[in-house]
Amino acid sequence: MATVFKKPHALTDKPLHYCPGCTHGIVHRLVAEVLDEMGIEGETIGVAPVGCSVFAYDYFNCDVIQAPHGRAPAVATGVKRARPDRFVFTYQGDGDLAAIGTNETVHVGTRGENITVIFINNAIYGMTGGQMAPTTLPGQVTQTSPYGRNVATQGYPIRVCEMLATLDGVAYAERVAIDGVPGIMNAKKAIRKAFETQKAGKGLSFVEVLSTCPTNWGMTPKDAIKWLKENMESYYPLGCYKDKE
Amino acid sequence: MAEKVLMKGNEAIAEAAIRAGCRHFFGYPITPQTEVSAYMAKKMPKIGGVFLQAESEIAAANMVLGAASAGVRTMTSSSSPGISLKQEAISYIIGSDLPCVILNIQRGGPGLGGIQPSQADYFQATRSPDHGDAHMLVFAPASVQEMVTLVTDAFDLADKYRMPAMILGDGALGQMMEPVVFEDKEITPPEKPWATNGHENKRAHNIVNSLYIQPDELERIVKERFEKYEEIKKNETRVENFMTDDADVIVVAYGIAARVAKSAVRNARAAGIKAGLIRPITLWPFPAEAIKEKADKVKAFLTVELSMGQMVEDVKLAAEFKAPVEFFGRTGGMVPTTDEVFNEIVRLNGGNK
Ligand SMILES: Cc1ncc(C[n+]2csc(CCOP(=O)(O)OP(=O)(O)O)c2C)c(N)n1
Ligand code: SF4
Repeated sequence: MATVFKKPHALTDKPLHYCPGCTHGIVHRLVAEVLDEMGIEGETIGVAPVGCSVFAYDYFNCDVIQAPHGRAPAVATGVKRARPDRFVFTYQGDGDLAAIGTNETVHVGTRGENITVIFINNAIYGMTGGQMAPTTLPGQVTQTSPYGRNVATQGYPIRVCEMLATLDGVAYAERVAIDGVPGIMNAKKAIRKAFETQKAGKGLSFVEVLSTCPTNWGMTPKDAIKWLKENMESYYPLGCYKDKE
Repeated sequence: MAEKVLMKGNEAIAEAAIRAGCRHFFGYPITPQTEVSAYMAKKMPKIGGVFLQAESEIAAANMVLGAASAGVRTMTSSSSPGISLKQEAISYIIGSDLPCVILNIQRGGPGLGGIQPSQADYFQATRSPDHGDAHMLVFAPASVQEMVTLVTDAFDLADKYRMPAMILGDGALGQMMEPVVFEDKEITPPEKPWATNGHENKRAHNIVNSLYIQPDELERIVKERFEKYEEIKKNETRVENFMTDDADVIVVAYGIAARVAKSAVRNARAAGIKAGLIRPITLWPFPAEAIKEKADKVKAFLTVELSMGQMVEDVKLAAEFKAPVEFFGRTGGMVPTTDEVFNEIVRLNGGNK
């Protein structure tokens, strides 16, 4: 019998702990499929963040390091400098990457560190129960912006792809969205391209994945996708922001 | 062949680290240890090593975490305010059982403090290198030569016990020039089958992690680490006893303070006072036994530090109230003089020379 669907080898058998309808699981799968297709699981070291995806070390079959909150890019730098022959990627949420770890994020970009960063932008802090993130939209209600994010006192969301694209060391930066089947296919293409960029030794490759957090957004998974499409994609336009030759 | 050269403390440490097989150094500038980075920046590219000036001490220490995870000998160095920033990574390094070497060339604090020599980070190094139940190895060299020897030992023991080792120096040791001998030593770091360096489809995936969400599991892991600490206390405690056999007054001092104390002890002996010096070479594990042994034989212990008195607490604990433990120190970058320490010895001897 022909196999039509199977779990990628680069994912372990451990059941994911993510909430039903959470897009973390989809992005894990896409990364794992790319590791399988490129045949690089055995040469890859992943770096897990602090956030809902902290347990990524149990899910990916490649070697994985669990980094302090926000420091995954620095940890990945240490690995890559020790083993330049290996593929190194980080997988980080928006609190991790764009708040506490902004400095580390910017500087892997300035150094053109030859690693891949997968950035899950779900406009909220998931793991700690739904607080405002740097990416929370103006007016968006969270536990710590209960009256809606007020830009006068709480500032504006940060567009990480656009910011990183200005850095000479960044080789590839693209924003994709888990907003339906075409979006997922597109996200996979971007993740593949990021690892190919690393393979070519071009510098930092960065994929921002607009994602949902149905639990803390207080929506059904279906409504969450709709909300992502209608609200996030206008503030965070999809597309490729940098593609160095 | 061993070679003898005249070198500045900070540069000697850097050279010793390279000779110990360290090829991955991550730093951030801060006085008075910047020469370590400068030396690494010059040398590493010529020997196929990595010198990286990070965006912060936080990042530098996390790069060390990454490089250590990948299985290489790696090091970072800083001075007091920078070490505070490294503490986050140090905690994860301890919690993930990773080996590395961290150098602290202490300066006065708190806050930005000053840039002159200090020993005021003793508590930080020995009591709370991080949050959580944890220790790291802490070595306290008292000469440029000893810095060189201890750097090599620090790498070896860090690898052996899978934990970070700190060299706790100070601005004076870092800046002073002394002759040093580099022994030709065969470097054989142990195999690191736990390293996250790519499994090449030959083994199960490795995980470097400090998270244990089940409390009973975390307790078990911490307890295992503390069993290792007991073994280290037994095997790795180092101390120098100087003229302590018949001593009535024993000075306890480490690092630069021990050099001053040694001169004061010699002067006291010349003046007919039976003085001695106990010099801890490891601060964690602390050589409590060496002090305990003398506690019922001396009139008093005198702890001398470049701080308001931190190690003195360990000396008191070790003396178990069998002898008075007094303290003399200067702080903020001030260094006690030989005369000041001598006068304290005289006082504790009952005022008689
Ligand atoms: C130093 C530190 N500060 C705060 C926390 C608490 N904390 C855990 S996860 C998290 C936010 C994670 O949010 P995000 O990065 O957006 O990832 P998500 O959970 O949404 O996937 C915070 C603040 C921590 N673990 N460490
Ligand atoms: S809290 Fe949000 S981000 Fe975290 S697993 Fe649940 S849905 Fe996903």
